[in-house]
Amino acid sequence: MAKYLLLKHYRGAPEAVNDVPMDKWTPEEVTAHIRYMRDFAARLEETGEFVDGQALSPEGTFVRYDGEGRPPVTDGPFAETKDLIAGWMVIDVDTYERAVELAGELSAAPGAGGKPIHEWLELRPFLTEPPTITE
Amino acid sequence: MEEALLRSLTPAVIGILVRRGADFAAAEDAVQDALVEAVRVWPDDPPRDPKGWLVTAAWRKFLDAVRADTSRRDREIRADAEPPGEPLEVDDTLQLYFLCAHPSLTPASAVALTLRAVGGLTTRQIARAYLVPEATMAQRISRAKRTIAGVRLNQPADVATVLRVLYLVFNEGYSGDVDLAAEAIRLTRQLAAGIQHPEVAGLLALMLLHHARRDARTTPDGTLIPLADQDRDRWDTHLIAEGVQILQTALSRDRLGEFQAQAAIAALHADARTTEETDWLQIVEWYDELVRLTDNPVARLNRAVAVGEADGPRAGLAALRDLDPSLPRYPAVAAHLHERAGNLPTAARLYAEAARAAHSLPERDHLTRQAARLNAP
Repeated sequence: MAKYLLLKHYRGAPEAVNDVPMDKWTPEEVTAHIRYMRDFAARLEETGEFVDGQALSPEGTFVRYDGEGRPPVTDGPFAETKDLIAGWMVIDVDTYERAVELAGELSAAPGAGGKPIHEWLELRPFLTEPPTITE
Repeated sequence: MEEALLRSLTPAVIGILVRRGADFAAAEDAVQDALVEAVRVWPDDPPRDPKGWLVTAAWRKFLDAVRADTSRRDREIRADAEPPGEPLEVDDTLQLYFLCAHPSLTPASAVALTLRAVGGLTTRQIARAYLVPEATMAQRISRAKRTIAGVRLNQPADVATVLRVLYLVFNEGYSGDVDLAAEAIRLTRQLAAGIQHPEVAGLLALMLLHHARRDARTTPDGTLIPLADQDRDRWDTHLIAEGVQILQTALSRDRLGEFQAQAAIAALHADARTTEETDWLQIVEWYDELVRLTDNPVARLNRAVAVGEADGPRAGLAALRDLDPSLPRYPAVAAHLHERAGNLPTAARLYAEAARAAHSLPERDHLTRQAARLNAP
């Protein structure tokens, strides 16, 4: 088994095919989209492949150390930052091919006009423990 | 009360319930419930006959479950509740190994089911060992049970499928609070006690020989120590002696297989006081056998390392030339051989590349340090 992170971007991924912002959809289309996402997660729970999923607020803060005895510096959000993560899902699957298949299904979530968004999702393997037998 | 004792009784008790007419899925659930009750009750009221107690408790749980769902009664009781004579327990346990590693199951399902039904671990323990939610692991196990619902326990099966599952459990490493390596060894020992098969013995020997080096493989903070730098005084000589003895007996039966070949390589390492004293020529020969048996590209990659030790780094690099550079650990092996050949800038670049391609954090950290060591002025 291998764990993968499915990353959904607000910004930074290549443009989706059906690229209409969510606030321009009809309320029914929004509902259908949310139901699709929920059903997808539920189906993965049933197949024993679901690990975790979370959505993130688009508003974030950058923080860095500013030296001994000083409070951390905060800044942002930066409108020009290229990459903005919208949320993630962690799956635990038998093969890379299965991970790609699932990411494809998630990318087919319906958007404007009830048609699939064809959104680009980023698929990233987790680093694991080293195997016991290496030679 | 010993958890180990309780768990070692699990497959035999499942087998007895199945012989009495329960189907496997229901029997397995009933025995899990009985184990939970045993953990609760035994400390204050230890039974004289632990196994008899478990059989009685599990059978009662099974009947309760059937009564609670009478519509399923016909499906779940094949025979009447009258128990047959004394069951052949070794056979029962063996059949459970085969069932839980059934070829229709995915590797992950077979692993989970084996750990629960043969190993007696709880779903929660298995979930924690594999770092997934308990609900996910519960689903994986119940789907696995549905997949094999129509399979009879007494069908002939291939022991190789069982060995692959046990190898996967062992190779998962040392994460989580369940010691999967130790559990894999326990299950393989139990299998080897019930079946005379040189590859079962070969796998057990392989596990023991690698387990013997466990304490020497990492620092307390988890940093990897490569074989060449390990403190060999910290290798467990008892485990090595046992592994070597089991391997020799297996090899004498003259039915070589991949696990015996791998164990032979581990035994040659275990036998050497240092990397320099290692019999690399013999190791290369065993890799040749392994490649012949499995045609596994990883075996070819490891062979190149051994060739580099036996005949020098140039020969090792030549052996590497025929292999696919996209193989996992290829850049790491190439870096090592280039370093030994004196091509330090190339080695440094390859170590950095290998670190980026590493599949595990300790390996990545190790390779990054190697690159940094060569890049240091």
